[in-house]
Amino acid sequence: MLARARTAIYVALGALVLLVGVPLLVSGWIVFLLTVAGAKALAVLGVVLLLRGKLLTFGHALYYAVGAYAAGMAVKYLAVREALVLLTLSLLAGVAMSAFLGLLVARYRAVYFALLNLAFSMVLYGILLKFYSVTGGTDGLGIAEPTLAGVRLSGSLLRLAMYELTVVLTTLLVYFTYRFFASPTGYTLRAIRDNEVRVEYMGVSVWRAVYVSYVIAGGLAAVAGGLIALSVGHITPDLAFWSQSGEFVFVAVLGGTGSMLAPAVGSVLFEFVRNYAFELSPYTWQMTLGIVLLLIIFFLPGGVWSLTTLAWRRAGR
Amino acid sequence: MRLLLVVALDGLTYASWLFLVSAGLTFTYGVLRVLNLAHGNLYALGAYLGATLVLRYAATGSVPALAYGLLFLAAVVIGLVFGPLIERGFLRRVYSRDEEVQLLLTFSISLILEDVVKLVWGVNPIFADMPYSYLGRVRLGGVNYAWYPFLLTAIALAIGVLLWLVVTRTRLGKVLASVITDREVSLTLGINVPRVYTWAFTAGAVLAALGGALTAPMFSLAPGVGAEVLVTSFAVIAIGGLGSIGGAALGALIVGLARSAAVYFFPELDLFAIYLIMALVLLFRPQGFFGEIEVRRI
Repeated sequence: MLARARTAIYVALGALVLLVGVPLLVSGWIVFLLTVAGAKALAVLGVVLLLRGKLLTFGHALYYAVGAYAAGMAVKYLAVREALVLLTLSLLAGVAMSAFLGLLVARYRAVYFALLNLAFSMVLYGILLKFYSVTGGTDGLGIAEPTLAGVRLSGSLLRLAMYELTVVLTTLLVYFTYRFFASPTGYTLRAIRDNEVRVEYMGVSVWRAVYVSYVIAGGLAAVAGGLIALSVGHITPDLAFWSQSGEFVFVAVLGGTGSMLAPAVGSVLFEFVRNYAFELSPYTWQMTLGIVLLLIIFFLPGGVWSLTTLAWRRAGR
Repeated sequence: MRLLLVVALDGLTYASWLFLVSAGLTFTYGVLRVLNLAHGNLYALGAYLGATLVLRYAATGSVPALAYGLLFLAAVVIGLVFGPLIERGFLRRVYSRDEEVQLLLTFSISLILEDVVKLVWGVNPIFADMPYSYLGRVRLGGVNYAWYPFLLTAIALAIGVLLWLVVTRTRLGKVLASVITDREVSLTLGINVPRVYTWAFTAGAVLAALGGALTAPMFSLAPGVGAEVLVTSFAVIAIGGLGSIGGAALGALIVGLARSAAVYFFPELDLFAIYLIMALVLLFRPQGFFGEIEVRRI
């Protein structure tokens, strides 16, 4: 067991080195794609965290957009250029927003939880769309190139820096979420999945566990939004639209909820498949997604990640 | 004063439309306990088929009055084809799984149907206004208003009354109540529960398609309409209480009037007035106006 845990750590470190070194091997376009996938994986991670507590949200893009717009507006109105400061602002905005909305949302379960989140995300979408004097409306906001630790970034340097930043941040936050899930609150979340009423009877606060998880999930999505805003350089209200939330849920199910690494795997897979499938047939793109989702529901309930545990088990024997 | 009348009329029209769409969604949920995320796509299919039939029919230059029958025909065809297909083919297989799996399943069906519409009808807007303009307009208290919205309201009322009569006054209504209350006991009573599920889902699908077909003459159709409808009717039934037909009517009225008032008085708010109301209602009455409080089982 211990030997296997050690192997896992080596594999993880090796993978990390490989990830950091990727830009040396592949073209800039793929680096950009990986940046987007890595950033979005954080939002998906939030969805997975909630799904582990049996909470399905169709409005997680709300926090994604909050993070993106927090960074974008700070660049535009406060003339902040430092990426690390901007990302911190994203995180704070997301946490503040989810801490506030969580007070209301954490009381609800199942359909109502999904619905309320959807409603709030659509409210934000409406606000971003309508107050165009501040938010740029459908045109969105262009974001000036940021600096990282004081160094001005532009062109391929920006792409490279954002990639490395995304790899580091995503790794750190995945580890953080993993630790959270192994904490007492994390265990409570697992128990809620099995039987919420019994957890309450044991004297553990279900509300608190759900609330804390919700705030963390919101913060994760906000950092994702901030990273996307800085890497893409342009943000639109579509970031808050329901279809974006739907995409997060899709990727969460695609990757599987079995591991905190699964969202990253699912996310990379999704971005690549989307890029190629979308070029091949723009009209049947959603249909492809739907069919894949159906197949996963019926034949691979654990998502793509469950394939790795299958292989792992086979290798162990 | 005149403005208020317009707001009320618009609100009523919007409410009738909302009721038609959300009655199906809430009915399906009431019986199957599954929220059908593909509901909006069934609406879109009904609208597109209705518009196509009417356009074809109008081209022949025959009696215009029959076009209204075609709208109903479109709704029934869509409902009867897709209702049993979705329920028997897919939903039935996940009743024993978690609620979020069922939501995901209907979500994937909605993604598929979204593209089916694009593949069959393309992405260019379609507009079949013949049934709308044929009825002409009426002067009402100094306001020039079309007749068609009144027809829509009448149909919505009729459907509402019909549903209410079926649920409260017929044997079928009793069977439904029994299935909703306890599935297993209903089975032992000799009720064919799977068949009830199929028909309940199909009825919901027909209502969705009917809502689409009847509004096809009022708005031009473009891809994406399904998602918009779904999200709005979600809000309506959440306000009224999931599973309650009366709740859907009340929710539709509230949302309809609020939306039309917002359009005239606070145009920048119209998009999210609906969700604001929904959030407020759910805050103070989590189960909606007519929803039942669910007993939590250990």
